[in-house]
Amino acid sequence: MRASEIPAAVGIISVSNLVKQFGRFAALRGVDAEFDAGKFHVILGDNGAGKTTLLRALAGLAQPTRGTVSILGKTPYDACREIGYMAHTSMLYDEMSGMENLRYFARLYDIAGDSRCEQVIHAVGLDPELSRPVGQYSQGMRQRMSLARAILHDPKILLLDEPFSNVDVHSAREMVGLLKGMSDAGKTIFVVTHQAVLLEGVADEFVWMQAGQIVDRTNHFATDSARAEEP
Amino acid sequence: MRSFWSITLATLTKDIRLEWRSKDALNAMLFFSLLVVVIFVFSFDPLAEESRHIVGGLVWVAFLFAAVVALNQTWARELRNQVLDAYRVSPAPANALFVAKVLGNFLLVSVLEALMAPLFVIFYNLRALGPAWQLIPVALLGTWALVVNGTFFAAMSLRTRSRELMLPLLLFPVSIPAVLGMVAATTNILTGENSAHFYIVLLLTYDVVFTTACLALFETVLQAE
Repeated sequence: MRASEIPAAVGIISVSNLVKQFGRFAALRGVDAEFDAGKFHVILGDNGAGKTTLLRALAGLAQPTRGTVSILGKTPYDACREIGYMAHTSMLYDEMSGMENLRYFARLYDIAGDSRCEQVIHAVGLDPELSRPVGQYSQGMRQRMSLARAILHDPKILLLDEPFSNVDVHSAREMVGLLKGMSDAGKTIFVVTHQAVLLEGVADEFVWMQAGQIVDRTNHFATDSARAEEP
Repeated sequence: MRSFWSITLATLTKDIRLEWRSKDALNAMLFFSLLVVVIFVFSFDPLAEESRHIVGGLVWVAFLFAAVVALNQTWARELRNQVLDAYRVSPAPANALFVAKVLGNFLLVSVLEALMAPLFVIFYNLRALGPAWQLIPVALLGTWALVVNGTFFAAMSLRTRSRELMLPLLLFPVSIPAVLGMVAATTNILTGENSAHFYIVLLLTYDVVFTTACLALFETVLQAE
């Protein structure tokens, strides 16, 4: 456990006074929030608002300059088996096939055999027999395989950074369907996206970020102007 | 512990597979070493006796520079598509990754040495006057010294803007005692004038100290941003 991260209550994902600085630039400026486990959270905001940094802090990839992160009562470091993280790049080796990639990552989580890898590849709508290297996949296929890698160890919490970027509308809707299924199965999902309209009616909460802080939290998606008119 | 070695083996196998498919590091290293041999042969035309005195230095300098090519490749592969982050968020121990990378680089550089050694023997008309079998522990310990520090410093320079320049700047000064040991041991064995025993013990001590230090510090380096 790292000294700067003190666990809070179990069943909750919380950040307290979270500050993350890159040199003199503060990407997160004292974020305080609690997120219920088992819900679907969408993080929105303009470029540079701190969405990706918040997600990386939750994943344990960005060490807070100040403040604490608690994942189900543990530090992100200790809760790593409960977290599945998907970045906006594929986090896969381009020279290996999807199955070869997943086989390798399965070993990191002590998952033996191919059955779990085949299961998650089927779950994201791809074929485990596909022998092409990932570098030759379409962007949509790569995103799905990246999701397969993130859910390989059956984590309780999924942190997804721009899962619909560069994906056509049809593939994006299919991915939303997949995520809804996972949410219904009790997973806690955080999605950073600029295409929030895809998640209208699916997500439980929309979290708005601006200049490194959470400025609003709503249970429905509304554009900036619509939110401004709300009482 | 079983999990540690299982992850190490999986990472090593994956790295060998990636290198086999791309041959990025091996081709670059071979080409570079071959160039060094040819350039030196054309630059000097030593007699057999002179060769025994200078070739230890030439061989190890060639291998040191060639190893840097492989060491840079090792981590560059992990940066593409942020694959290293997938390892960092997993419960896999950091040192399993480090040991796998060191073993992979050790294999690569050893293959290079095995391919290049006959060329040095032919071009420089070499014949050891001392106990030639001692060249084997010198090569093994010397190669380990280069790759263990090289892999560590390559990881350290991973997120710097000019990492290909940074690696030699960090690695070469730290490697001076090991390189001196390798060169002196090789020269002593080739000339048969002195025993190489002291330098073999020096290399062994160097390897133990630096391997321990690298293992102790690698997790901090891996988790650094």
